[in-house]
Amino acid sequence: MSRIGVFICHCGENIAGTVDVAAVTKAALDMPGVVHAVDYKYMCSDPGQTMLKDAIVEKKLDGVVVAACSPRMHEPTFRRTAEEGGINPYQCEMANIREHCSWVHEKGAATTAKAIDLVRFQVEKVKRDHPLVPIRVPITKKALVLGGGIAGIQAALDIANAGSPVLLVEKSPSIGGHMSQLSETFPTLDCSQCILTPRMVEVARHPLITLYTYSELEKLDGFIGNFKATIRKKARKIDEKLCNGCGVCQQKCPVKKIPDEFNEGLSNRAAIYVPFPQAVPNKPVIDLANCTYYKTGKCKACEKLCPTKAIRFDQEDQIEVHDVGAVVLATGFKTMPVNNFSEYGYGKYKDVIDGMKFERLASASGPTGGAMKRPSDGKTPQHVVFIACAGSRDRLKGVPYCSKICCMYTAKHAMLYQHKVHGGQATVFYMDVRAAGKNYDEFVRRAVEEDGVKYVRGRVSRVYEDDGQLVVKGVDTLLGAEPVEIRADMVVLATAVQAQNDAEELAQTLHVAYDPYKFFAEAHPKLRPVETNTAGIFLAGACQAPRDIPETVAQASGAAVKVAGLFSQPELTREPIIAVVDRQPPPVFSHCVGCFLCKAACPYQAIEEEQIKNRNGDVLKVVARVNPGLCQGCGTCVSTCRTKAIDLQGFSNEQVFAELMSI
Amino acid sequence: MAEQFEPKITAFVCNWCTYAGADLTGTSRIKYQSNVRVIRLPCTGRIDFMMVLTAFSRGSDGVIISGCHPNDCHYTSGNYHARRRWMVFRDLLDFVGIDLRRVTFSWVSAAEGAKWAELVNEATNNVRALGPYKEIQQLAAAGID
Repeated sequence: MSRIGVFICHCGENIAGTVDVAAVTKAALDMPGVVHAVDYKYMCSDPGQTMLKDAIVEKKLDGVVVAACSPRMHEPTFRRTAEEGGINPYQCEMANIREHCSWVHEKGAATTAKAIDLVRFQVEKVKRDHPLVPIRVPITKKALVLGGGIAGIQAALDIANAGSPVLLVEKSPSIGGHMSQLSETFPTLDCSQCILTPRMVEVARHPLITLYTYSELEKLDGFIGNFKATIRKKARKIDEKLCNGCGVCQQKCPVKKIPDEFNEGLSNRAAIYVPFPQAVPNKPVIDLANCTYYKTGKCKACEKLCPTKAIRFDQEDQIEVHDVGAVVLATGFKTMPVNNFSEYGYGKYKDVIDGMKFERLASASGPTGGAMKRPSDGKTPQHVVFIACAGSRDRLKGVPYCSKICCMYTAKHAMLYQHKVHGGQATVFYMDVRAAGKNYDEFVRRAVEEDGVKYVRGRVSRVYEDDGQLVVKGVDTLLGAEPVEIRADMVVLATAVQAQNDAEELAQTLHVAYDPYKFFAEAHPKLRPVETNTAGIFLAGACQAPRDIPETVAQASGAAVKVAGLFSQPELTREPIIAVVDRQPPPVFSHCVGCFLCKAACPYQAIEEEQIKNRNGDVLKVVARVNPGLCQGCGTCVSTCRTKAIDLQGFSNEQVFAELMSI
Repeated sequence: MAEQFEPKITAFVCNWCTYAGADLTGTSRIKYQSNVRVIRLPCTGRIDFMMVLTAFSRGSDGVIISGCHPNDCHYTSGNYHARRRWMVFRDLLDFVGIDLRRVTFSWVSAAEGAKWAELVNEATNNVRALGPYKEIQQLAAAGID
């Protein structure tokens, strides 16, 4: 006969305010097998846990049910406490009477009745719990970092400096990401490349970091500590060992009119190109869509002129498979395509540009060498209008969230413009100025007070051309919604930050949760911000939500510490929630009849065929066996099994049906 | 007027999406009807459809089955197995005379707290309109379980 203890938490007023906890306690005492039931204000507090431990000893309990918050919240806490009390941690179950009951229902008898039902289910379940022992699995102490922007660079460096090898995979030909395109950074106005390129070089030189540029993750199998990553190295058509980065090929390439991605289309590049002068690695790549040889079968100018004979037209993509123990996702963001905003005239007027283009115009390494020249005619604009929230906080045409970085970079853009064009005027149309951050508000004030940037609080309704000038029509809500009309030479849109186009696909490849905006979801919004719900996969930077550089770097270091922490353990202990195939004495051996429907159903290839032999080595029966290292405990095999020979520890048939019998 | 019929609804949910989604409903304090009782499973792939029959035979008037959206399964493909089994099992249920409106099959992600509340309310209202489910229960009471 079981000796079950039930512990009901008030959670202050969170539960006790809605559920009659005394009635639940009383009802619990009447449940068969329950020998002890108490309620307490905070079960998760120290006295609450001590109470649980003491009760296990004094009442000789062999199972406990804690009726409190979600098991996703405190199950580990109470299992540990139960273990300290002397029982197996897997003989502790939680009834979720907070998230699933008190918080979602009105106070009343029906809610209390539900709480009692939820407790009864768990009492029935815990009675049938068996002591389980965590599974130990080895850890491959090598990390995979996806994305070579500042987030990936920082994470890779931190993990490598902690002593573990890192594979850094970047899909474009160079690492650096968006940060390498920026001119200056807020709130210090230090040059972005000046602070980034040393890090890029450090990554390239680090003995523990292997760089995979122009590469993509194709597949990720396995689980925490034991992933198998399949990486596609796209063909650069260059022998990287021979190429010395002299650049002759891109000078001699006859195709020269391809819009340069790095300069946001403000300049052109050749069909064989290095994305930017500080690229790491400084090796060119052939753009197959534009190369004359791939289009017509003739040319090969680069091959003829390459001094080291490094061009390889016959090079093919390479697939490499690596064992890794942890993954850091640092795939970054994109800015909203501006063709959504026809009212702002983007695409129609050359001098309506987005923030990234402005970065390239202002950058000393940009197409104008940092001189403020507008794209249409190269003249210096005398009046520039900046439109904040182009797409952000716009439920109708854009995204409902705040893109977070635009207020700051718009202030920076306006300030840079004022610094570069003396006598010019920058006007910013804004909804609110959100400048929360160290020295951020001071920065915006400086733009207004010292550099004379005009801030107009209101939205812009239309941008159109009149007499060769752009006319910006808006409203000044601080002047009683007065219409404002400004004649400008250039308009800059602070477009919304969005998840990458392939974010959803990648999330599905990695089995990582994502939010409705396709940003990757953290395991807990407050307490586990760099972890995903999939163990062993961590997050850094703007792939999770809009972030600025300081936050990205901090988060990347946070993710790196999680990886380093994981790698510091000699081996991994895993929840023993796995499937097992029963074993019987001869001549039955197992109820398994060897149909292997389970094998076909298993998503993890965890089902193996085991031959049962007699002492002469004759095979008597072939039955299924679960590889505990591979099984993740989904239980799909269990519901497939016709003979009920396979069962899931922790969610056994007996347990689930016992819960159902008590409804 | 007779007292409003309060159906018993049993929900089979996966731990990673719907259970977490229902937790989010709680943390967001979105109210819904209290008729539902959740059975937490690791994955919808764990659902043996005998469980659904057992739920009915033990007094449930309605059943909810919910897990991760297609492509989002924590275990890659458990939800596909659940969906396929449900497609087969549904015809069987229909054949034996269980009103299919008593079973609600829907995906709820960990971010869809509001959807869980809507789902429960909708299922509860539907089943309430259908009235108590007696057929199997009568058989069960007669000892044919």
